[in-house]
Amino acid sequence: MRRIRSSEITPEHVYLNRRQIIIGLGALAASSALAACSSEPDATMPATQEPAGTAEVGAEATAPAATAGPDATAMAAQLQNELTPFESVANYINFYEFSLSKDRVADLARDFRTSPWELEVGGLVQNPKTFGLEDLLRFEQEERIYRMRCVEAWSMVIPWNGFPLSRLLAEVEPTSQAKYVYFETLYDPDQMPGLKSPVLDWPYVEGLRLDEAMHDLTILATGLYGEELPPQNGAPVRLVVPWKYGFKSIKSIVRIDLVEEMPVSSWMAASPREYGFYATVNPDVPHPRWSQASERIIGQGGRRETELFNGYGEQVAHLYNGMDLEKNF
Amino acid sequence: MRSRRVRWLKAVTHIGGLLPLAVLIWLYWQNRLGPVPIAAVIRRTGRYGLAFLILSLVPTVVRTVTGYSELLSVRRWLGLYAFLYAALHFLAFAGLDYGFSFGLIAQAIGEGRREIAGGVALLILGVLAVTSIRSLMVRLGKTWKRLHRGAYLAAALVVLHYLWNYKELRAWPILSGIALLLLLAARLPPIADRLRRLRGARP
Repeated sequence: MRRIRSSEITPEHVYLNRRQIIIGLGALAASSALAACSSEPDATMPATQEPAGTAEVGAEATAPAATAGPDATAMAAQLQNELTPFESVANYINFYEFSLSKDRVADLARDFRTSPWELEVGGLVQNPKTFGLEDLLRFEQEERIYRMRCVEAWSMVIPWNGFPLSRLLAEVEPTSQAKYVYFETLYDPDQMPGLKSPVLDWPYVEGLRLDEAMHDLTILATGLYGEELPPQNGAPVRLVVPWKYGFKSIKSIVRIDLVEEMPVSSWMAASPREYGFYATVNPDVPHPRWSQASERIIGQGGRRETELFNGYGEQVAHLYNGMDLEKNF
Repeated sequence: MRSRRVRWLKAVTHIGGLLPLAVLIWLYWQNRLGPVPIAAVIRRTGRYGLAFLILSLVPTVVRTVTGYSELLSVRRWLGLYAFLYAALHFLAFAGLDYGFSFGLIAQAIGEGRREIAGGVALLILGVLAVTSIRSLMVRLGKTWKRLHRGAYLAAALVVLHYLWNYKELRAWPILSGIALLLLLAARLPPIADRLRRLRGARP
């Protein structure tokens, strides 16, 4: 494990005390309160500049809280946990292209070259385009504090920097035939020693339904904790889909294609009975070999009960109306 | 001569049995178990338990193959260390990870074959540990022998527990499964007889 000098770490209290306006998930805080008076799902979406409440999303939180400053403290508080320390976020990682051991990835990815980088976006689009990292950074970057729930039953609360995937897709203009979005991670055996391991078919691929990809909560992250994305966390650009298990949030993306057929993700191909296309966080649908009812809180210790859609139900449940989530796991 | 060698064997067994625990406690105390110490404690105690369980099956096979029987004097301790680490592994799971929240633990066991395999293995090892007391061993006689073949069942369950712990197939659980199968095969009467004949002993 790479030992990080303490000077490299943003102390959480310093980070949280910034009086900086943060755009993003603010509305999630108020969502449980808003839900009572709103039937319009979009109203609870995290619109930019929407003030964040300090209400907790917990079962007992019903009263709308006063709108405190939309700062990171509020966003983290409503996720009921503190931000996961940077050291944990950057050193406890599933990134099989480097290693199967979560605490070895950071060391092995240290010299990963993320520049120059090309992200090709194509398939069923009017306007196929290749984005360099500088092009991606031209999209207005926001901070989003999301809980990341791993299928291995642990979670972190991570302050990402990035922008909604929908904005990138809008630029390439999907055609009416496009129904799904296909994502692909870099395949570079020279830099990624884990690719020698036959546990998955490489390159790593993932997919979303177009409406999931267009959802405002779905972001392409280019940073975390206000810094550029560490290589081990999927630099220079990765997906973050907070209501799905972490393996959907594909890292170090080099290709995005709009397609008509549902893509087969790497995990679906490896074990179709255990990993489905949707992979929405769901405490009531256990993994065939372990329960998903609760999760270990990384960094803070202890456990919490897992929430349906990882707590983002107000924003995303409508995407799955009429679908049996036990069958579409 | 024999008693001196046996004393050495016992000393090595106890050092080997307690050193990993001492190192683990020290690393925990020094906060040097990586970003998620709970995960490291669970992983390490589990691996040590399985290692001692497999080692505890070795003395009998060594006697069959080579005729050397002194390792049998530490078999009991190897088994007890397997139980010790299995019990610590369970305590780390139930206490450190689940904070003794019985509802969540019950749900984890009810919904996870991984937990069921591990739990049954722990129960078997507990029974074997209790019945390893010498007076009980004498009193149980033939039954003791049959009962303690349960170590193979426990080891098989632990290998499954280990295999099922990962999202994908991993090398170590598979290798420990192969080691267990080889040790079990050497105990099967037709194979054991042939092994004894190979070294010139009468079956």
